[in-house]
Amino acid sequence: MAKRKIRVMVAKPGLDGHDRGARVLARCFRDAGFEVIYTGCHQTPAQIAASAIQEDVDLVGLSCLSGAHRYLFPQVVNLLKEKGADDITVIGGGIIPNQDFQKLYDAGIKAIFVPGTTLDTIVNWVNKNVKPVERK
Amino acid sequence: MYFAKEVLSQSSELKKKWEDEVRRVVGKVPDQKARWSTVSDLEIRRLYGPDDIKDMDFVRDIGYPGQFPYLRGNQVTGYRGRYWTFRMFSGMGSAAETNKRWHMLLKEGQTGLSTAFDFPTLMGYDTDSPKARGECGKCGVAIDTLEDFLQLVDGIPMDEITTSMTINPPATVLWAMYCAAAQIKGIPLTKIGGTIQNDMLKEFIAQKTLMCPPEPSVRLVSDTVEFGTKYVPRWNTISISGYHIREAGSTAVQELAFTLRDGMEYVEDVINRKGLNVDEFAPRLSFFFNSHVDFFEEICKMRAARRIWAKVMRDRYKAKDQRSWWMRFHTQTAGCSLTAQQPYNNVVRTATQALAAVLGGTQSLHTNSLDEVMCLPSDHAVQIALRTQQIIAEETGAANTIDPLAGSYFVEALTNEMEEQTWEYINKIDEMGGMVAAIEKGFPQLEIADAAYKFQRQIDSCEKIMVGVNKYVTEEEIPIPLLEIDDKVEEDQIARLNAVRRKRDNKAVKKSLDDIKNACKKGENVMPSCIEAVKNMASVQEICDVYREIYGEYRDPGLY
Repeated sequence: MAKRKIRVMVAKPGLDGHDRGARVLARCFRDAGFEVIYTGCHQTPAQIAASAIQEDVDLVGLSCLSGAHRYLFPQVVNLLKEKGADDITVIGGGIIPNQDFQKLYDAGIKAIFVPGTTLDTIVNWVNKNVKPVERK
Repeated sequence: MYFAKEVLSQSSELKKKWEDEVRRVVGKVPDQKARWSTVSDLEIRRLYGPDDIKDMDFVRDIGYPGQFPYLRGNQVTGYRGRYWTFRMFSGMGSAAETNKRWHMLLKEGQTGLSTAFDFPTLMGYDTDSPKARGECGKCGVAIDTLEDFLQLVDGIPMDEITTSMTINPPATVLWAMYCAAAQIKGIPLTKIGGTIQNDMLKEFIAQKTLMCPPEPSVRLVSDTVEFGTKYVPRWNTISISGYHIREAGSTAVQELAFTLRDGMEYVEDVINRKGLNVDEFAPRLSFFFNSHVDFFEEICKMRAARRIWAKVMRDRYKAKDQRSWWMRFHTQTAGCSLTAQQPYNNVVRTATQALAAVLGGTQSLHTNSLDEVMCLPSDHAVQIALRTQQIIAEETGAANTIDPLAGSYFVEALTNEMEEQTWEYINKIDEMGGMVAAIEKGFPQLEIADAAYKFQRQIDSCEKIMVGVNKYVTEEEIPIPLLEIDDKVEEDQIARLNAVRRKRDNKAVKKSLDDIKNACKKGENVMPSCIEAVKNMASVQEICDVYREIYGEYRDPGLY
């Protein structure tokens, strides 16, 4: 049986419309051979968690450039946990000041990528850390 | 440009000689790279000469400032009568905090105000909406009701200083607040001046502050144009914006083409829907461009912009008043060119971008602060950014003479090339049935996505360089002080909003919201009832909810 491809959801939580990074990343993930779902802007954490489960993704990549990541990112992790989907890896990116990194790691965000990161760095991280799981 | 036959033949002889010499030298010292191009990937030749501009006609293509086709500027005296407006985009936290920053900037020599709103305000939600959690005051100032707005403009001479407001879906509401605030201070609407961005088409294309679908969004824009034309004659009711298109990753030509085509869409809608004569409103249309890192490409873009718009207005829309032919524009340096790595380098980037905007003939300028890639600017960073403009104006001599680069073989050739490529896009969008139709097909969105992805790949492969990011990298972090917006701002703002709701006359609010609803349904202008509603302390979201109810809600289709 062919190995299942990694399924990735790129999501824009909150009211932020800066979607250049998210869209470039979605396209890069597609080129890297992942199955990609891009939510578009203005998703609530609840919408993101629900679609992540419904779409059966392995990874959620959150992008936020408005400064609201401190509230929004942990919310997504918590909602996934509540729904028993804590096997979905959540990573984040955007304008994230260094001093917020630890708080986000503590909240369950597995990696944070900020401007200046190459696309290959992110793809390599995903290939190394995310394994497609067969879910029933 | 006309060159005597002998000059051209002498030039071609000398050119041949030079080319031979180039081949010889390149054989010994090869070029550092095979292809040289602008940041937008427009290929640039090693040298430009008479050949490259020999088809230009001086009268038709160049002319003088204040004369068609305005390549050299609208103002006959250039910057000698007055410099461009030093207009720093600012807003953070509460209205009171932003008001403090505004007074500081005015004291430091800023000559115009520019408002940054937070995301809930930009999207038409109140601070206590579940959708707004965590966003209050983060990216700009939080405004829920007229009470906040009055605090924002406290002590600001609204009849002397012009204010720009970056606001799009709720533009009618925030402009109504500005009008109401002026009236409360006893200043007639004919005396206030400023700009609302109010360019919804580029929201669908790039900036993504979204509310209603494209068609009714344009309808609201036309309402403001009509109201301004009749009652607020010094107001620029649209700032047709390329800035966000560029920040989303477009090329310079795409920025130019999509922005101008957006402008044409508004002109057509106002003529068709409101029955106004083009010369009644076109002089109050304004534009907003990005000034990116590629020095000459930006200068040429701005020069080309003026010439294309003049042709569009005179030839396509048959405008007679020369003020309708003028493209007046604000410029902001490129946020997306700044780096979190080695942040002090951003001062240098911003300075060269600002200089390009001045050489391109901008009427108004915002210079980004060195820390804006990480947070809202600190007092110190914003002061350096403002001083950058003042140094260009007062020290460099860049403002001494008008359009100093005109006649340069390279600058004229690149200006022409960018204009040609812009027309190709405009024609293509015309064939699609206009900009709303093109947006519905996802055309501009995907063109920009292609360009953004290509650029990122070029950065990753070091084909294009960002200093400190993919070349000249330093390992150690350079700490700079970051301005942080306290999460408590949100609590306080919600308390303020609730206090307003308790003391206002809710019957009056309901009636004025009903009036807006009726105006929407009947296709009447919403502005008069909007001003009434904000005076009754209706909130931003309460009014926007009316629009959502009547016109429907638009969701980002997430094209990539």
